[in-house]
Amino acid sequence: MKVTKPIQSSNDFVIKFANVNGSGSASANELFARAIMRMGVPVAPRNIFPSNIQGMPTWYEMRVSGAGWLGRRGGCDLMVAMNPQTWDRDIAEIAAGGYLFYDSTKTLPHSRFRDDITVLGIPLTEMCNREYTDPRQRQLFKNIMYVGALTALLDMELKAVEQLIADQYRGKDKLIGANVNALKLGYDEARKELPCPIGLRVERADGVGDKIFVNGNAACGLGAVYGGATVAAWYPITPSTSVIEAFTNYCRKYRTDPDNGMARYAILQAEDELASIGMVIGASWNGARAFTATSGPGISLMQEFFGLAYFAEVPAVIFNVQRGGPSTGMPTRTQQSDLISCAYASHGDTKHVMLFPEDPYECFTLGAQAFDLADRLQTPVFVLLDLDIGMNDCLCQPFDWDDQRRYDRGKVMTAEELEAGKNFGRYLDVDGDGIPYRTIPGTHPTKGAFFSRGTTRNAYAKYSEAGVDYVYNMERLRRKFETAKKLVPAPIVRRASHASRYGVIYYGSTSPAMAEAFALLEDQGVHVNTLRVRGFPFADEVIEFINEHDYVFVVEQNESGQLRMLLINEGEVDPKRLIRVLHYDGTPITAAFISGRIADALAEHKVTPIRKQVAS
Amino acid sequence: MTYLVKPKLLWDVAPKNALGYTKRDYEGAISTLCAGCGHDSISAAVVQACFDLDIQPHRVAKLSGIGCSSKTPDYFLGNSHGFNTTHGRMPSVLTGAALANRDLIYLGISGDGDSASIGIGQFAHAMRHGVNMTYIVENNGVYGLTKGQFSATADKGSKSKRGVVNNDSPIDLVALALQLGASYVARSFSGDKEQLIPLIKGALRHHGPAFIDVLSPCVTFNNHAGSTKSYDYVREHNDAVNRLDFILPRDQISASYAPGSLRRVVQHDGSVLLLRKLDTDYDPSDRVGAMNHLQERHAIGEIVTGLLYVDSSGEDLHRHLNTVEKPLNQLGDAYLCPGSMALTALNASLR
Repeated sequence: MKVTKPIQSSNDFVIKFANVNGSGSASANELFARAIMRMGVPVAPRNIFPSNIQGMPTWYEMRVSGAGWLGRRGGCDLMVAMNPQTWDRDIAEIAAGGYLFYDSTKTLPHSRFRDDITVLGIPLTEMCNREYTDPRQRQLFKNIMYVGALTALLDMELKAVEQLIADQYRGKDKLIGANVNALKLGYDEARKELPCPIGLRVERADGVGDKIFVNGNAACGLGAVYGGATVAAWYPITPSTSVIEAFTNYCRKYRTDPDNGMARYAILQAEDELASIGMVIGASWNGARAFTATSGPGISLMQEFFGLAYFAEVPAVIFNVQRGGPSTGMPTRTQQSDLISCAYASHGDTKHVMLFPEDPYECFTLGAQAFDLADRLQTPVFVLLDLDIGMNDCLCQPFDWDDQRRYDRGKVMTAEELEAGKNFGRYLDVDGDGIPYRTIPGTHPTKGAFFSRGTTRNAYAKYSEAGVDYVYNMERLRRKFETAKKLVPAPIVRRASHASRYGVIYYGSTSPAMAEAFALLEDQGVHVNTLRVRGFPFADEVIEFINEHDYVFVVEQNESGQLRMLLINEGEVDPKRLIRVLHYDGTPITAAFISGRIADALAEHKVTPIRKQVAS
Repeated sequence: MTYLVKPKLLWDVAPKNALGYTKRDYEGAISTLCAGCGHDSISAAVVQACFDLDIQPHRVAKLSGIGCSSKTPDYFLGNSHGFNTTHGRMPSVLTGAALANRDLIYLGISGDGDSASIGIGQFAHAMRHGVNMTYIVENNGVYGLTKGQFSATADKGSKSKRGVVNNDSPIDLVALALQLGASYVARSFSGDKEQLIPLIKGALRHHGPAFIDVLSPCVTFNNHAGSTKSYDYVREHNDAVNRLDFILPRDQISASYAPGSLRRVVQHDGSVLLLRKLDTDYDPSDRVGAMNHLQERHAIGEIVTGLLYVDSSGEDLHRHLNTVEKPLNQLGDAYLCPGSMALTALNASLR
């Protein structure tokens, strides 16, 4: 019989938890991830969950990476199989030489296991039934018990986990004791009955530093608070709902008037997405900073209003947490497939500003910046994140804020300026940047009022059907988007260690996988320069980057290459020079996928890798 | 929509209100609607109401959807900001605007197509949210701008100009507004300014969602025999429950009325609604009674008009959301941005 050696690895492996949703496993799994980070080892966890509340399979995939790679790796070295429904596929997924941890209360026939993995069973259900009488406790503490067992199996510091529990339940001493007790039961049982530690180990390291662990949706909500948003209108939709939940929580914390407990914000759940964006436009027209959060289907519903805001030139901020489309698509899986539907949303000739954060830190910074841009440009600004960044906690640099910074409210004409006789033409381009002045309703008793409309008008906001007025306006809007190119966040370029004729363009949640792929390729002697797009319309540097390379790989998480389409369309780039690297099965893209595709394509192009020189 | 500018001829003799404004200061561009359109009478009533109430024109925000009625905000209050939004979506835009600045007066103008068909959802939800606004539907039972199709308020059995009979049941926006929580509900007729102007004044001074359904015959497409929204039909079937006199807190109540025929309602802001009862059994503070009365009279072919319901408790969306008194659009950076110190503490909790 073939003998497979058990995998040996320190601080570099993937654990996957197979659970039933609604069983309370999510918080236990997150606790475990945090415990590893408390030992200074970076972890990238991802929830893979169904569109369901209770009873369906759910997985929590946790990449432990001492090197700090936060992209999804794929594969599974240790499966924590807690869901009988998915047993067979979970067992099949374990890498040869990997490990299986399971609840051995019920004896399973030998045929349900594999010979090339290490099987580790403890009778969790039996232990819980012995220890607890309340069914809810039996379920919840079973989760903590397996965390205890894993602590022993991976040779982790029990004290670190205990401390974490104490921190999490501070002030609720009863819960601390009960959780620590369950943790120790699992820990002791594993130490007694199983070969602890196994080949996978967590060793204390210094890879986390001052990084924070937070999800992108929470960071967007916080960014909206710091960006000065006072009105949020929304309609529930996965995976964006928690943006509003976070905004609500942060507002309660930071925006409650200390004197009277009143709210310096207004959050309204609308009857649908049309009403949400209508409210945002109404509030912004009236001079407040306002936003909504939605996902693909909501974007489809909002189309007519996007056109109105574009043409009447009303600011608006839209957080689009993208999920798998088309139609209802894969509502609990990730994709970057709304670029086209946002870039040119609505009928007629429209174009919209988009921002692409790569992680929670940028969800915060670009989220806050979106409000300045919307006011400055007087147009909708879309912040396009996705489910992968939005709903998964992720290590990122700590949030920061410059207290000297003041909100840029853009060109708003004041009562004093009107009183002094300053010429006001709502759609008049006074200084060539394409952006006109606006007035906020209620500013002046006799000057500066105008009638906003989606119909054509002249520079003084008077209704017009004259072609010359229409063309003036459209040309001004084009100039405005030239201005926008300079205002959106600049792209970030990374050069290979050797000069290269090949480039890679990517954006958003592809970032961690791309960073790792870059290192993998460099190791293989394959050199590519990379550029991360952060905004649309594209800054000139983006097109220049393409022009300085023979070929550019465009890495995306959608089926049709939507960024590539925009680059071809907006940059007038020869399509042959842009090579698609597309991943779109709903799972986050991996470094192995990117580096594999690029290496294969370069081999076809007969590019010989530059061998690394042997160190002398 | 118009691009005609109204000549600004002023006479010294033109009466001025307490702010020193003449009625002309409350007017807008010249209407481009058909001559004799009921909507123009409603615009004139809005002008008169705002003039009489000494409202600063720039403290009004006027919003509309799409359609003949939605064009009218261009024809009154030229010194007010206006927003001609998309078809059926005025209520959401108005709601957002009202959230941003609680101090302005919000006037929503819509039509029966705009509010009863494409926008019935937004109409319903703005009412139930309790937005502090005056919402006027200029109801002619017909799509004028697209040349005469039935709207959802057209009565069953009514005939179009081309002789087509409507078989669909009508939507009564007044009944809906009553059911959905509007706190000031009235119906009137564009041809009856004696009734309409005080109703608009009462609505403008009302705190909470105020709804007025104004039957406004379409002279071009819905003013023929067989229509139930023609001038003749409405005049013949009008059943007014009361006549309203609107009185500002500063005004003396001088008129004398027969005892028992008067009902006095003090609104949230101190203004007084004096209702001369025409129907002795009618109680405008009884929401369920109002709904019953409406249905009973509709069954016998009568159109109930007047102030049908009023609740002057002053409930509104801002009260529900407990928002600060200062308008949200006027809060400075220091009131909005928690600053770097707060982030330091937050970062620590995320490790």
